Amino acid sequence: MSVRGRVAIIGAAETDALGVIPDRSALQLHADAARGAMRDCGIDRSRIDGFAAAGQSPIAVAHYLGLTPRYLDGTAIGGCSFLVHVRHACAAILAGLCETVLITHGESGRSRVGAASWPRDQASIQGQFEAPYGIMGPPTLFPIGVLRYMKTYGLTHEQLASVAVAQRQWASRNPRAYKRDLVTVDDVLASPMISYPMHLLECCLVTDGGGALILTSAERAAAMDLPKPPVYVLGTGESAESQTISMMEDFTTSRAFRVSSASAFREAGIAHADVDHLMVYDAFAHLPIYGLEDLGFVERGEAGAFIAEGNTRPGGRLPMNTNGGGLSYTHTGMYGMFAIQESVRQLRGEAAAQVPDVRVSVAQGVGGMFMSAGTLVLGTAEAA
Amino acid sequence: MAAAKPVPRPTPETQPFWDGARAGELRIQRCTACGEHYFYPRPFCPRCDSDAVEWVAASGRATLHSYVINHRPAPGFEEDAPYAIAVVALEEGPRMMTNIVGIENTPERLVLDMPLEVTFQERGDQCVPVFRPAGAGR
Repeated sequence: MSVRGRVAIIGAAETDALGVIPDRSALQLHADAARGAMRDCGIDRSRIDGFAAAGQSPIAVAHYLGLTPRYLDGTAIGGCSFLVHVRHACAAILAGLCETVLITHGESGRSRVGAASWPRDQASIQGQFEAPYGIMGPPTLFPIGVLRYMKTYGLTHEQLASVAVAQRQWASRNPRAYKRDLVTVDDVLASPMISYPMHLLECCLVTDGGGALILTSAERAAAMDLPKPPVYVLGTGESAESQTISMMEDFTTSRAFRVSSASAFREAGIAHADVDHLMVYDAFAHLPIYGLEDLGFVERGEAGAFIAEGNTRPGGRLPMNTNGGGLSYTHTGMYGMFAIQESVRQLRGEAAAQVPDVRVSVAQGVGGMFMSAGTLVLGTAEAA
Repeated sequence: MAAAKPVPRPTPETQPFWDGARAGELRIQRCTACGEHYFYPRPFCPRCDSDAVEWVAASGRATLHSYVINHRPAPGFEEDAPYAIAVVALEEGPRMMTNIVGIENTPERLVLDMPLEVTFQERGDQCVPVFRPAGAGR
């Protein structure tokens, strides 16, 4: 049974504030986003009977909002959790478990107000087999395969830097982006070394913010008097590989990306040429390179040159990460919600850096350090 | 007092690995059904799901598969920074994370696929395997 065109995103909102929000707890950021999404589609709490969240407990957030859910999803598999929440919500709605699902994200990633702590269990696989070697969060783990990718495919440091350059061009057109000044390849390579081969400008931002989505069946959406056009779910996918990146089977490709995206493309029944707009979760500059290849937009080893040549920049043939991405727009910690939000804005025709005539948008999320993945193929009514 | 480097805490499934490290031996597992060597420790084969697995001493020979050089040291690693966090490919096939010792941790000196050999560092009540250029210990 395919979801294609049968479930719609009817409400979507980010927190009004984005970036540095020291006067809001993580829980309140969930609530700000949730209430924004309800306003966006003109419904109130009484219509919400399904709820999903990650980062904070879905029970805590649902109670904070005053909801009485009869469908709950607390899937927490990193930054792609929200893409997977959309997938599960589609299944729940089509199975009749609930009618209208609210999905929220809120994270005080920068200000750390009411933020969850990250205790490391010394007896976990990571605690035993990675932590003893001086790992220091994602910058020391996520890029650990990049040198292997460079040796295998000849990717240059300049091509890697061009990812950050391309995304800053998009961000420069977006007043809500955290970093908007244009940068050059030389600027990127001159920025401080964080974790060789990654420079500061090749690492994501650390910000506060949130976002929320409301989904219901396409049938119900059609019967509602919605202020904005519904965005239809055409295809979905999810997968997982290893929680420890050192155990990834191939450092030049993400199995989770491949499995998840193949599922979503198959369900949507689309070809790559049908995709007008692409979001690839960019916690670090190499992720869009892996994403373009693992999703099949280019052959293995070609993505660095494809990006450096300008194909993903404004005016390019495959507009990618058009909000500026995690590198320049915002990155609260679990960025996936913001990738979906930008896909929705582009399909509604309300993005800050709007691409003309977007009918099909693909959002690719990652969780942890290539630990998990979620993929959404979204479309306008015309595409559905 | 400065923070100490993290100390691994064994579980029942991984205890033989850590006992081996303390004895100066890099122990990994091998499936006697399909012949696969694997790491990290599990009491069944991740490739064929057989329970017929055994602990074996790895040769300790490896090659440098990939790495980062961390400029923001983790607690306990302040004096080492910048230092490489590496993944090596053991001669038997499995890969593991490690540090590289006995050589300057720079992009110029750390060349992918260079031959390495295991050595061990005391870490609290455990010993952790690290790697050095092959032949450095002789």
